[in-house]
Amino acid sequence: MNNKLILVIAKSLLLARWKQTLVAAVGVTFSITMFITLLGFMTGLNDLLDGLILNRTPHVRLFNEVKPNPEQPATFSKDLGYTFIHSIKPSGNGQNIDNATAIMQNLKKDPRVFGVAPKVSAQVFYNVGNIDINGVINGVDVESEARLFKFQDYVPAGNYLDLKNVPNSIILGKAAADKMLANIGDVIQVTTPRGDRLSLKVVGYFQSGLADLDKVQSYASLATTQKLLGRPISYITDINIKLNNIALAPALAVEYKKMFDTDAEDIQTANAQFETGSNVRSIISYAVGITLLIVAGFGIYNILNMMIYEKMDSIAILKATGFSGRDVKRIFTTIALSIGIVGGLFGLGFGFILSHIIHQIPFNTVALPTVKTFPVNYNLKFYLIGISFSIITTYFAGLFPARKASKIDPVIIIRGK
Amino acid sequence: MEEIILEAKSICKSFHDPVTIPILKDVSFSVNKGDFVSIIGKSGCGKSTLLYILSTMDTDYEGELIIDKESMTNKKENELAKIRNEKIGFVFQFHYLLNEFSVLRNVMLPGIKLGKFSEKEIEHHAMEKLRILGIQEQALKMPNQLSGGQKQRVAIARALINNPHIIMGDEPTGNLDKKNTEIVFDIFSQLAAEFNQTLLIVTHDNEFASRTQRIIEMEDGRIIK
Repeated sequence: MNNKLILVIAKSLLLARWKQTLVAAVGVTFSITMFITLLGFMTGLNDLLDGLILNRTPHVRLFNEVKPNPEQPATFSKDLGYTFIHSIKPSGNGQNIDNATAIMQNLKKDPRVFGVAPKVSAQVFYNVGNIDINGVINGVDVESEARLFKFQDYVPAGNYLDLKNVPNSIILGKAAADKMLANIGDVIQVTTPRGDRLSLKVVGYFQSGLADLDKVQSYASLATTQKLLGRPISYITDINIKLNNIALAPALAVEYKKMFDTDAEDIQTANAQFETGSNVRSIISYAVGITLLIVAGFGIYNILNMMIYEKMDSIAILKATGFSGRDVKRIFTTIALSIGIVGGLFGLGFGFILSHIIHQIPFNTVALPTVKTFPVNYNLKFYLIGISFSIITTYFAGLFPARKASKIDPVIIIRGK
Repeated sequence: MEEIILEAKSICKSFHDPVTIPILKDVSFSVNKGDFVSIIGKSGCGKSTLLYILSTMDTDYEGELIIDKESMTNKKENELAKIRNEKIGFVFQFHYLLNEFSVLRNVMLPGIKLGKFSEKEIEHHAMEKLRILGIQEQALKMPNQLSGGQKQRVAIARALINNPHIIMGDEPTGNLDKKNTEIVFDIFSQLAAEFNQTLLIVTHDNEFASRTQRIIEMEDGRIIK
């Protein structure tokens, strides 16, 4: 009964000054709208930029560094004492990972591993007339590459699955293709450093967003690349691993290095600073959003103060007829909270609409072939934070005037008349 | 032996700003059930101050106040609010109606606050009180559509809604013309006579006071008669 009565009184006071109430609510709505939009847009951009690195980078990469054998024949002899050998050259079977198939099977069983993609990289020359252009062909398993590293997002023209289905096919880097004037369906010639030649059919373009990379990098299937190099099917130069939890990467890199006797590199070491930028952008968005809300809070504070001065008589008579200070306080916090909740909910709605509008704005950049409009993140978290912030700030903005109202002495008001 | 509704025991009060001035000096008296009492005295004699202490709204005093056999001294603010709601009705010089609510809602508010009856019953009681005061036709109007005399009658109806033990008035006719003063006085006498309602009215209108059952006259913070 009491709660209902307090609500009724709060409502009538609100409606009595509906213009000021509206201004206060619009303040909250505006700040929540901006908060949602800003965070959605910033996070969308962050995700996009992080994706550039995260999508394309394995969490752990196993490979064999080309390096000299630490155990030279001279060191096997105990009689020689100290030996000094100059100009040692790398030896062995180069970049091949020994026993790659077994390693991959082992990794697939590891519960911490999300997926494994093998890779063979081959140095080649693209032959254009009498000119040779430097290039690298990555032999990949198309399906796992697509599953783990969103390969398809970076193939703006042609079908990426043709790489598997069409024998002797290649997806050329966009910049390289432009240089070679190669269209989809054309056949190009490549030469390996050993002098082997092979004709490959262009089935698509690859565009990573980094122009320098696209000048060099092309993709072919594992088998095609192995054939190009004249190597057996077991020849694998890289094993790219994606983990379920990216944070485990450094520890697992160390573990795999020891277990499989290869070199291992984790994403954190490879891209140490990629998180810093995202964090700074998030902090800025939150700071702006909260600042807007605090300003709106001052608006509510002012309006409630005015309302209390205007309604001094009403407060006095309510107290005289049996409303305690607590009841009066609750009336005014109810007013503040309803401004906060209503303003906040509208803010969420408008924020969503504004985000959606931004999401429709064309955003074409050569660097990002699959992105056509501005990226926006519609994470529910932002909406929950937005509404909680609006309720908390309006509550505190209302608390001080409400406390003042609760302390009004009816005797002073009534006798003052 | 008549039942005592309100009793003041040696109540003293001083204003301390800027220098200590005693306002009430050892005031003691009691009001019996059904009494129609008026307090008179010159301006500044402390009669209003006394009324606000008796009303429990002013708690800054020495001495003891007993309403309905219960001591009001040293009670908490919210307990006093509850007692005011249930046991005391107020009529002030100014009507203090809430402009946002209709006349009927204004009368009902303290009743809803008390929460003893359902809203339907309270509405019925409110209409009853308005009928006694002869303004039931105005029930659905807003307060600003009423004349000064009508507003004061609505305020009396509001004071009556919870059937209080005592009605306190601070110059209830102070803002009214002769005719309306007459009406309000008639209402008070009717309440005292027909409903055995206890009334304690502060006034400086000696003619008004002379027609009440008992007159308490104050001077310089003391009761002289």
